[in-house]
Amino acid sequence: MRRQIGRAGWGWTGFSAVVSFIYFFPVLWIVLTAFKAHTDALAIPPKWIFTPTLENFVSVFARAYIKGQTAVDTNFDVYFFNSIFIAGSSVLIALIIGTLAAYGFSRYPLKGNNTYLFIILTTRMLPPIVVIIPIFLMFRVSGLSGTYLGVILLYTAFNLPFTIWMMKSFFDELSPEVEDAARLDGSNGYRVFFRVCMPQVKAGLAATAVFGLILTWNEFLFALLLTGVETRTVPVAMAQTIGGDIGVRWGLLAAIETLFLIPVVVVVYVLQNHLLRGVTFGTIRR
Amino acid sequence: MATQAQAAAPGGLKQHFSNWRLALVIAIVAIPGSVFLFPLETAFWVSFGAVILVTATVVTRAWGRRPGPLLVAPALATLLVMNIFPLLWSLGLSFFHFRANRLSPPRFAGLNYFEKVISDPNVWDRLQTTAIVVVLTVGIQLIVGFLLALMFEREFPGRRILLMLVLTPMMLSFVAVGAFFRYYYEPTFGLLSQAVRLVTGEPYILLASPEGAIAGIVFADAWMWSPFVMLLVLAGLVSVPKYLYEAAEIDRASWWRRFRTITLPYIRGLLLLALLFRTIEAFKLFDVVFLITEGGPGTSTETIAVYLYRVSFQYFKTAESSALAYILIFIVIVLTNLYLYFVQQREKEEEAPA
Repeated sequence: MRRQIGRAGWGWTGFSAVVSFIYFFPVLWIVLTAFKAHTDALAIPPKWIFTPTLENFVSVFARAYIKGQTAVDTNFDVYFFNSIFIAGSSVLIALIIGTLAAYGFSRYPLKGNNTYLFIILTTRMLPPIVVIIPIFLMFRVSGLSGTYLGVILLYTAFNLPFTIWMMKSFFDELSPEVEDAARLDGSNGYRVFFRVCMPQVKAGLAATAVFGLILTWNEFLFALLLTGVETRTVPVAMAQTIGGDIGVRWGLLAAIETLFLIPVVVVVYVLQNHLLRGVTFGTIRR
Repeated sequence: MATQAQAAAPGGLKQHFSNWRLALVIAIVAIPGSVFLFPLETAFWVSFGAVILVTATVVTRAWGRRPGPLLVAPALATLLVMNIFPLLWSLGLSFFHFRANRLSPPRFAGLNYFEKVISDPNVWDRLQTTAIVVVLTVGIQLIVGFLLALMFEREFPGRRILLMLVLTPMMLSFVAVGAFFRYYYEPTFGLLSQAVRLVTGEPYILLASPEGAIAGIVFADAWMWSPFVMLLVLAGLVSVPKYLYEAAEIDRASWWRRFRTITLPYIRGLLLLALLFRTIEAFKLFDVVFLITEGGPGTSTETIAVYLYRVSFQYFKTAESSALAYILIFIVIVLTNLYLYFVQQREKEEEAPA
């Protein structure tokens, strides 16, 4: 993406802008809906011009909203905290363990190195529903179901294959000469790893962390089956807002979605150059 | 487990009875033994302990000897405990009569459940639905992604911002996308229904017919993942040497000829990878279906993943679902293998001097 093939002028910008905005429209419309009052959100024909209101955003966090006749806690502040906390800690653990493993796989290949890497990637490629059946049983037997510890452990395992493949692809790109030179100068293994290797993959480490955060932040099925009332994450809560209620409060849902996608949009902008590697789990670099 | 232990302790042949082998033997005896002898919960803890024992011995053995095994040990241990062990556990369960919501001890069933799953018309029906969805969504993604890539191939002012807009859907949560499209497909005030009403004068319920429901799901999924294909194709387009185009310009080659003889060979490999990767991913399709149609109307949009969810967590036919899960695992392993083969193929080509 870095090299330019052909240059085009503002005319092409105009054309692309139209296409891009059509493509982006479903997201844009949700963001607009988030700023609409309840009646505007359900208006026929759809309203393009309306008085923006923050009422939906307030009711995401306000402690009570009206469902039928009774006041019900939204609890969304808890869910947002859970999402951040669970994603943050599992990504941190996966990053530490995974970076070490990636360094090992990259620099000290084992017998059957590729077999391990293949098995690791396969665990990530399997449909989540397949993986979750036995884990669900295991968690129930061990009492981990619904606890922070259980969910964080699960997401650590969920993030590990991705972290290993990503970081390995970054380590593989470094030139080994620099490390050999450092070794000749008398640096031991630790020094080479922390002083020579790590500074070179700093950007990669950041990209891996952010990708892990987004993947965990977005994950639904594991959270649906293995989080309890206290550890519920936003996607699960969002799905529950849709299902079951007498009439979905679309404005509120749109507000939740808008809050939920802010980090995603920022990440896409910042990580554009690493995006390809990220979405293919580090298997394709360029 | 065995392969891990062997490779994690290279040179193990010199010491015939290093402790990890003993641990492995204990594990191999203890796990099936405990499943037959004890109630399920005890059996689980015995098996779990055996796995921990093997891991621990491997780690202590590698400690301070060679950095390789030691570096990868924590990661492999985590995956062993959280992924591999549960999967082996469910493989075991698929040979027993077992339902997660009953207390009765599991009885041996042999290959009963595998036979049952393979001969079950429901399974074939769901696989067919999945196949239709996968073919449609991957096909649309390849076409749309390709066109988008052609658009972004050029350098123009504001490209980065516009690229961000197009790439955003890919990074959204499935749940958010599901919720978006549920809102748009809503019969009364949904945008789609209103747009149709402008033409026909009647509200339109997309999700009422099986074809419409499948179209709705395919549209949502294709919208979400076309940017993925775009990214891959863009990477391919960038790798085309510029001088080839200049040469073609001098030869006055037509656009189509230029495309077919220069561009296509460079992106063919990446298109294949995109196809395989998206097929694996689309095969898992769960969240979007679950949120937009919940498998309905009837079971017309129930993909294999949604069906598996119902069998295991609504009907609690645990053994049957484990057997079915293993058939899916087999399919995914084949596809992943194929995918990695082509990835390596491409890396070799790139490394070869041009």
